[in-house]
Amino acid sequence: MVKYADRRTNEEWLADLRGVDQESALTDLHDTLTRGLRYALVNRVPYNQLDELVEDSVQDALVKIMQNLDTFRGESRLTTWAQKIAVREALTELRRQRWKDIKLEDLMPEESSGDFTPGILTDPGASPETEALRNSMVEIIQRLIMEELTDRQREAMLAVMVGGMPLEEVARRMNTNRNALYKLMHDARQRLRRRLAEERLSPEEVLAVFD
Amino acid sequence: MKLSSEVLKKMVKSIAMTRPDEISCDECFEQLDQFTEQVLEGKPAAEAMPLVEDHLNRCIDCREEFEALLEAMKSLN
Repeated sequence: MVKYADRRTNEEWLADLRGVDQESALTDLHDTLTRGLRYALVNRVPYNQLDELVEDSVQDALVKIMQNLDTFRGESRLTTWAQKIAVREALTELRRQRWKDIKLEDLMPEESSGDFTPGILTDPGASPETEALRNSMVEIIQRLIMEELTDRQREAMLAVMVGGMPLEEVARRMNTNRNALYKLMHDARQRLRRRLAEERLSPEEVLAVFD
Repeated sequence: MKLSSEVLKKMVKSIAMTRPDEISCDECFEQLDQFTEQVLEGKPAAEAMPLVEDHLNRCIDCREEFEALLEAMKSLN
């Protein structure tokens, strides 16, 4: 069981952030967010970049927190809600910095025309029958991906699943936002699931071929 | 297009896990502070908020934010 170290209740935070004690409340919130964020990021960011990233993120978060104070529903402590906003600011910036030189095209699988040779052909442990089954499964899935998904869905799924790019960064490159991108990919997965069923295949059966 | 068997497995697994009632990143973010506090307090967050737990298992961005928020809050409590 944790013990919360807040000196203010949510009601006191809200009153102070909106009232005459705003400056002192903002200073306290700034210090709290800074301490939490430093701890959360210390193993994720080079040490010489940590202070700047934390300070910039906390400043940006404080602006958003004040703009959105009316949306705080009190379902958590105000400091947890505020820290959530600061964490997102910091990680969004961190992802931007880390992926800034990578284009979506760099992450796409190599194009192939007639000479399609899936990588699993080279699996030395598989029997010829298993290899044949795996290859036919690969062809089916690739055909479904090509036939069933829109260009944007295909691009998004491949960037995330093949390239390991964060959704936030894929979304930035596709001129959309992370929420819309998640929905686009959810729709893509549902479409593929439906098509697999039409092909009389369950995902479990497909996976069993590769185990 | 060439997909390796690893990528293919990853894709098929994600298709297998797909459910119609998944929540989006915004809906997850909305509840993330509450979920994190439940985890910190040792409460069964996954049972109480299964759709948040489900989203965190699918979305690498939201998962990373949850883990960072958990660490941040641990340092403050």
